[in-house]
This record gives sequence, structure tokens and C-alpha cells, in this order.
Amino acid sequence: MYAYDEIDRTLIDERVSEFRDQVKRRLSGELTEDEFKMLRLQNGVYLQLHAYMFRVAIPYGTLSSKQLRRLAHVARRYDRGYGHFTTRQNIQFNWIKLADLPDALADLAEVGIHSMQTSGNNTRNVTSDQWAGVAPGEVEDPRIWSEILRQYTTLHPEFSFLPRKFKFAITASEHDRAAIKIHDIGLRLHKNEQGETGFEVLVGGGLGRTPLIAKTIRPFVHGRDLLSYVEAIMRVYNQYGRRDNIYKARIKILVHELGIEKFAEEVEEEWQHIRNSDLKLEAATIEDIRSRFTYPTYAKLPHMPDELRKAAHDPLFERWRKNSVSPHKVQGYSIVTISLKPVGGPPGDATAEQMDALADLADKYSFGEIRVGHEQNLALPHVAKHDLPALWKALDKIGLATPNVNLVSDIIACPGLDYCSLANARSIPIAQELTRRFANHDTADLIGRLHINISGCINACGHHHVGHIGILGVEKNGEEFYQITIGGRADEKAELGTLIGPSVPYNEVADVIEDVVEAYLALRATPDELFIDTVKRLGVEPFRERVYATR
Amino acid sequence: MPLVRGGNISQDDFVQLADDAPLPEKGAVLVSAARFLADPQVLLQRSDRLGVIWPNNRDLDDLVPHLERIAVVALVFPTFRDGRAYSQARLLRERYAFRGELRATGQVLRDQFVFMLRAGFDAFDVKKQTDAEAFGQTVKRYSVFYQPTGDGRLAAPFRRLQLRHSESASL
Repeated sequence: MYAYDEIDRTLIDERVSEFRDQVKRRLSGELTEDEFKMLRLQNGVYLQLHAYMFRVAIPYGTLSSKQLRRLAHVARRYDRGYGHFTTRQNIQFNWIKLADLPDALADLAEVGIHSMQTSGNNTRNVTSDQWAGVAPGEVEDPRIWSEILRQYTTLHPEFSFLPRKFKFAITASEHDRAAIKIHDIGLRLHKNEQGETGFEVLVGGGLGRTPLIAKTIRPFVHGRDLLSYVEAIMRVYNQYGRRDNIYKARIKILVHELGIEKFAEEVEEEWQHIRNSDLKLEAATIEDIRSRFTYPTYAKLPHMPDELRKAAHDPLFERWRKNSVSPHKVQGYSIVTISLKPVGGPPGDATAEQMDALADLADKYSFGEIRVGHEQNLALPHVAKHDLPALWKALDKIGLATPNVNLVSDIIACPGLDYCSLANARSIPIAQELTRRFANHDTADLIGRLHINISGCINACGHHHVGHIGILGVEKNGEEFYQITIGGRADEKAELGTLIGPSVPYNEVADVIEDVVEAYLALRATPDELFIDTVKRLGVEPFRERVYATR
Repeated sequence: MPLVRGGNISQDDFVQLADDAPLPEKGAVLVSAARFLADPQVLLQRSDRLGVIWPNNRDLDDLVPHLERIAVVALVFPTFRDGRAYSQARLLRERYAFRGELRATGQVLRDQFVFMLRAGFDAFDVKKQTDAEAFGQTVKRYSVFYQPTGDGRLAAPFRRLQLRHSESASL
């Protein structure tokens, strides 16, 4: 956990009073809606179909129990008793009133939470591996650097009015859980031959209308140069990124139009001017940030405690353990993923009661810490293995022990037409129907790892391009239709999915997905060949043939 | 539009000159980049001060050689959403050491003042009278800053190191 110091606290308090003044001026009519729009967006406030939506930042997906309780309080007091966790490790409240927003922000500021730059054409919440600091084999905790970047990008005087939004993601593990290749800037932390920390810098990834996988602009940027290098990239983008067309304004288009070599040259030239400026990170500065992160004092625990041995006789516990519990870097501890994808539920939603209960469980079993992953699930990062059986029972009581992590019903979906004014089609009911179709755990387990991603429009908030199965809602003659792609992935081998055939109407989507899954079961070489690997091996054609033969 | 300079609403002593308007013999003038570049010498050799309005989609290269003899560079925000002039401002101040007046023009609204000050602007052609009047209050909104820029305000990383030093010194 990063603990705010006086400077961090002062800044968010000042931000709250600034926003209070802005809301007051809007309500009095002194500000036009057009002028206010950008100001509210920079504080995470969207106007959606039915109401204002309020998006709160959870930097690099780390929350304390105290913070989670405060989010529950906001859900209860200012909203309708629930919140929605997003693919940017944020949380959204969908029914908030404009006049209440300054108070909600002030309540959150008390526990070190803000909503700065969770929307608008600026640098968004810096995301990272939800297992940062606890994953076995990690090079080092990437959250130190995420926090350095969070501070650097917050209220940046030069980059708060960029051509378009701008997203960072950082990973420090070989297996990329942060989807860095679909970000404007992706950072892979690694060490050079001298053992010094630095980053492979990738640039120009993104989804939306023009999905592109990020390209490496520099294989190693030393940690001390991280901010100057980032500033060079952003300065080139701020000046030359397109502003004539909102759909061509992301940095990926600039990188694509210039070519990565030319873009890299521009950045290099700019960087040489500023790399020895005040942006150079002194070792003491990095240490100062590092020292504000606290880590649990782990006990010396056995690898296989008696409690776990005993509980192994319970098939329901075992099913959950095998699905939701992952290895921790410290012996005797585990990382527990908490699925927010119950059968028939909207992906990523949690009620205020669940949040409060989970905060208590985090205090009891996870050193008061909770993580949010971009898959719209939560995690308890430091659970002693001997506590797993008790934790499982407690989670089950509050409806948070669905054993479907990474399985076919662990669906990522945007809010879609049920909430969003941009959407062409509904996402949530499609996800709900699919979780019902694949509700049988044994079937889901037999299918194995399979990521379904659903977006209700081309803006791709549900990351459909990089779902193993991607579902994109489009509008055709006033009706909801869905395009289906397969073979996408967001990890270190990131790839965009390929369309398998013509789009299908709303009420046929679940049937088609079932057919795709059946085709996979028939086509896979061995029971442990994953869906994504079968598609890679065979291509789209055999799937197309099987799924569309009778359509 | 009210001009805020040195933190106060003040009289603009520059006359903005259309490209085809005759050049007056006396008085400070503000001209477009096109007019300036067409014949820099005729403008620079006048005894009165010169200001140039520099568009936000043009590199500064053609302006830089003349900076020492220019009193005002006016940068443009065609809408407040277009942030290119922030980069130009920082480059002029921090890289090219421009010490004259750096004026923000266009859709300049209250909620950009702090960003603009931090980027190096010191004069503001403010769109609304009420915003201009609120200048003094608005720029006090923030007392801490995360990023080092050339505006002289102490950014968080340095402030922290100072704090830690004084903490350890007082032990």
C-alpha cells in the first residue's frame, strides 16, 4: 500500500474544493455545459443515458480495506447501493447527482481516493498487474513506478489537454496481466546486464475503431530516465497528434502514420534535450516513494497446512481452490481471486454490503489489502493458506465464491446500451445469458481457460478485439447485431481477433458462442490445448465452417 | 477582453495589427506570424516594442532566432481543449530562455490559469470579465505541484527531499 503524505493529501483536498467551485458555477449557470463538460470529465463525471456516471480511480488496482469501505459508503449514500469495477481498475457509480458529487469526492479524499483524470483527454489511471508485489518471479514491485507515474501525470500542466485520452500500463512479470500491448504507453520492467532497473517502452497500442498492438520504441530506458522519456513521447504527441478527427486522435494513429522509426527519432531528439533536466529521478526520490509503500510482515508458514489438507476432502472447496487460488511469492501464502461474475449477474458489479464484507475479510485474512484486476475481478493478495477454508466459507456466504476465474463465464463486458449513451447494443444481458448457458462448472472446467469480451460499440471498452472470443455490438437497420471474432489475446503474445462470419442478431448470440465452444471441443488436439491455442494452430476457417454451416 | 498581467487586470498597451493594415510609426504592435515572417526586419527595427502571435500548429524554429528582440509572444488556444500551446510555452521558456511576455490568447478560461502559469505564461487575454476578476483567487487554488517545470515552483519530489533533510537534521 502507498500511504499519502502531506503533499498528496493537500493536492486532493485542493482538487475537491476546486471542483466544488466548478459545480457551483455550473449550477448557477455561470459555466455553460460545454465549458463544464471538460472540467467534469477531468474529475471522472460522464453524462450517460439516465444520469451522471462517476468514475473513481483505483491507482494500479490497490485498495485498503478502509478505502473499500468508503467506496461502499459512496455507493450507499449517493448511489443505488452498488458499484461497477471496470477494465481500468476503476470503479463506477451510475446514478449519482451532480449536486452530491463534491461531497462524495470529499468523503473519498479523506481516505486518499480521487477521481482525477479518470476521463477526458488526459492521462488516465495508471494500471498495473493486480498481483504486483506478490507474484512469484516478479522482477520487482511495479507499483513504485506506477505511483511515480501517477504523481507525474496528475494535473500535468502541459498534458492536460491532449488530442485524446492517454493510458499507461506497467508489468514486471514475464506473464503480462496488465495488457501493456494495448496501451498508449506500455512499460515492461526488467533489468539490464548491470542489474539496473529499467523499462522496455512500448507505444501506440489501443483498441477502439482502429485496433493496434503497441510497438517497442526502446528496449531499455533506465529507471532514472523514465519520466524524461515519457515526457518526450507526450510532447511529440501533444504537438503532432491529430486533432481534426476524434477517431484518429490517439497516439496509435500518429505512430502508425509516421511509422515507429520516424516517431522514435522525433522522441529521441526531444529526449536528448530534457533527459538531464529536473525530470531525472534521483535515487533518493525513488527511495522516498518506495518507503511510503508498506508490506505485510509475513509469518513463517508451512507449504501445506493441516487445515488445507482436511478441507481437500470437500469437493466444493477444492473446486474453488483450484480455480481461484494462485501461488504467492511467500511460502504458506496465496493470492485469492474473487470473481465478480456470478451466474446471471452483470460482470464487475459489487453491492455496498459485499464491499463492506470483503473489507472485513481483507482485514481478517489479507493484511487489510484488496486488489482490482482489469478482468473486473477483485483479489485478496496475502492470504495464509491455513485460512483458505474459512475464507472460502465466508466468501460463499456473500456470493463471492463463484469458481469461474478465467473460465468461459468470467466475461469482461462494458456497460453497453443499458447505461451508455455511446453504445449501439446491449452488453450486460448478453454476458448474463452466457453465464447461464455455461453455468455448469464441470462443463466450464472441461472447456478450460477462455476469455469472452463484449463491447456494446466500436469504442471497445469491453476489449472485444483481444478476447479469445470477442463480441461487438453494432446497429443494423435499428436492431442490435453482434460481430464475433476469435483468437484475440491481451497478454504478452497480444493479438487481435479475426471475424468468423457475418454478424448475428441479439437472440442468436448465445447459440453462436455455444457453437464456437463446441467446435473447439471437437477440434482441440488434446484436452489441455487451450481454446486460444487451437485457434492459433488451425486458424479461423474450421470454426467458421462448423458454426455457420447450418446458418 | 480583459488582459491580466502581473496578476491584475491591466491596460493592453499593444495594438493588434491586421495583416493588411499600415504599420504605425509609433506604438507597440502585435502582428501575426505571417506578417512578421514576411519581413521581420521592418518590424524589428522600429523603436517601439513588437509582439508576435504564433499559431499553435507551427514549429517555433522560425521564431527562435528573433526572440531576443521580441517583447511579447502571444500563443493561441483556438478552444480550451486544444493544448498545443502549453508545449510551445514551455519550450519558449525552458529551452529558448524567452524572458519577454508570454501571453495566452483565444479561449482562455479561469480553470486553465494554473496550468498556464506553470507552463510559463505571464499574461492572459481572458475571455470573460468574471474570470479575469477571479484570477487572484483562482491561482491560489493549488499550493502543491507534482511536476518540475520551468516556472520556479518547487515540485513535490524536491520538496519531499527538503522535508526529509530537515526532518533528519532536527533529530
